[in-house]
Amino acid sequence: MNTLLRAVYGLRMLWAVLAAFLVGSGLILATGHNPLRAYAALFEGAFFDYYGLADTLVKMCPMLLAGLAVIIPMRCGLFNVGAEGQIYIGALASAAVALYLPEIHWLPHLLLCLVAGMLGGGLWALVPGYLRACRGINEVIVTLLMNYVGINVVSYFVSGPMMQPGAPYPYSPEIPAGLQLPLLLGDADTHAGVLIALALCLVLFLVLRYTTLGFSMNAVGKNPQAARYAGMSIKRHLMLSMVVGGSVAGLAGAIEVLGVKYRLYHLFSPGYGYDGIVVAFMSGLNPLLASVSAFFLAGLSTGAQFMQREIGLDVTVIDALRGLIVIFVAAGLAWKYVVPPKAVRQAARANPTALTGELR
Amino acid sequence: MIDASHLDILDTGLRLAVPLIFAALGGIWCERAGVFNIALEGSILGGAFGAALGAIIWQSPWAGLLVGLGSAALVGVLLALMTVHLAINQMVAGIAANMFVLGLTSFLARIAFAGGSASATVPGFSKLAIPGLSSLPLVGEIFFKQDVLLYALYLMVPLAWWLLFKTTWGLNLRATGEYPRAVDSAGLSVYRIRFLSVIGSCMVAGLGGCYLVLSQVFLFTEHMSAGKGFIALAALILGRWNPIGAVAACLLFGLSDALQLRMQFGNPDVPYQFFVVLPYVASIVALVVFAGKIKPPAATGQHYQRGGK
Repeated sequence: MNTLLRAVYGLRMLWAVLAAFLVGSGLILATGHNPLRAYAALFEGAFFDYYGLADTLVKMCPMLLAGLAVIIPMRCGLFNVGAEGQIYIGALASAAVALYLPEIHWLPHLLLCLVAGMLGGGLWALVPGYLRACRGINEVIVTLLMNYVGINVVSYFVSGPMMQPGAPYPYSPEIPAGLQLPLLLGDADTHAGVLIALALCLVLFLVLRYTTLGFSMNAVGKNPQAARYAGMSIKRHLMLSMVVGGSVAGLAGAIEVLGVKYRLYHLFSPGYGYDGIVVAFMSGLNPLLASVSAFFLAGLSTGAQFMQREIGLDVTVIDALRGLIVIFVAAGLAWKYVVPPKAVRQAARANPTALTGELR
Repeated sequence: MIDASHLDILDTGLRLAVPLIFAALGGIWCERAGVFNIALEGSILGGAFGAALGAIIWQSPWAGLLVGLGSAALVGVLLALMTVHLAINQMVAGIAANMFVLGLTSFLARIAFAGGSASATVPGFSKLAIPGLSSLPLVGEIFFKQDVLLYALYLMVPLAWWLLFKTTWGLNLRATGEYPRAVDSAGLSVYRIRFLSVIGSCMVAGLGGCYLVLSQVFLFTEHMSAGKGFIALAALILGRWNPIGAVAACLLFGLSDALQLRMQFGNPDVPYQFFVVLPYVASIVALVVFAGKIKPPAATGQHYQRGGK
């Protein structure tokens, strides 16, 4: 009985997603469509269609990186809602290096582009990180406000100094072919950036789980007083986590430019930074699980287009569904499996050192 | 010398500040009771959607106001359930509520309004001149030839201040935000106070959305709140969780917004993005300059759990 409850508890994110789909089918019914057919079209398009799957992987890349950009500062107890702005500034820095650096061998140039993206995003995130660590100003508000600034900064550059001459819409010239990330799946759009994102995901998992840095970040997040007593600098951890998070988001922006669009566009991100928040919460702040939740969420976006084409249901239903998923997942976070007091007393009698009321 | 163009900026600034003031008043209510309300943004959007829906169905701005308040209250119930009862991190819950409202209103807008992402023009409140006051020189036209919602706001600001600082109700509310255990031992329910405060807070913020739709643009568009809830959050911090201070901060942001619109049209050779970011940059700079050492209500952001668990 106990193992069954544990299994149910362990899969609580899955129940949350299923509950969201259930409520979502009410929304679909309200439009007069058949929810089962809608979901079938959605999943078939997202995961079982060659080009659909390729598109899912392309969308997974920025969502996963944005998710990591939320997870890293969250380990220190900071909420980075600014991944969207960091993506934009990273893309801007990366495009500038790709377009204006004098020609050098493609490999160092490409690496420089990626590093520039990370620097851009990292510096953009340093501002809220510094304000929070040294001035105690709420990072949620600052990162949110800075998103609007970042988007407009990119908009200014691509409709002014970096604009392609004679372009009908604000975008930059195309970056040289040598700097475009190679494609992985023949004629589909999946690019090498997906591998970068997955590799980063694994590295982060190992760092957070097995290194002193990962441990001290957790300590600062869970119990700042104890962390300070143990000699850790809280300010440094807060700023560092924010900068690293921002640079991962900046990398997402760089990869969007180098692997997907090949230009810097006005308003190029459809809210990947905010998707990152959903990715982070669905994964329970675990970088490895983040790849699963990013893949799933990316599939929802891709599948929504198939759904619209096949049964004519508007794609905005997926926006509502995504919101429902966040709510149910957030509610799932609150669900702690509490051992009944009697069982605790019995366990305490049997083994007095292991007194715990809560399963992990 | 003051001339018509200055008055024009004042007029625009006031109108741009009104949704912020409603949202900031709502936010103060909630945060004084100890719950961080980042869902002000979603409440504005929910209120705006409901206002458009009600006004179109019943062809009356009053119906719009009622439905707008109702839908903002639903956002409040959702947030209150998540934060007060389920003890979910208040930031997470607020962001979740915002995302849900944004998605749901965009989706429902396409079903409810035939025009796609924007609604048809809705019947709004017309301007009423207050006899006597509206004929005052210079300011009369601006402040006393407005609509019902703005007059309601004139009453709400001093009322909020009085309720918060001069009544037992306000004392209980502030105590819930500062030291909930004391409120509990005095025999009042912390959960009940917080639950009702969150709902009330979202309804007041929702009035900001109603004002947008029924008095300003007369239609609903997708994501029309556009970050106003977050600017209101910055304003209430600047105003130190005091209604009067928050109103001053909101007016400052409204005026800077009006000024940027004016400068945008006056200087077509300067890229418009410089002006668009002004209110956001002004909010951040104001936070940095004025909000250095001030403290929010002590228990804001923390879940209260009864008994020594």
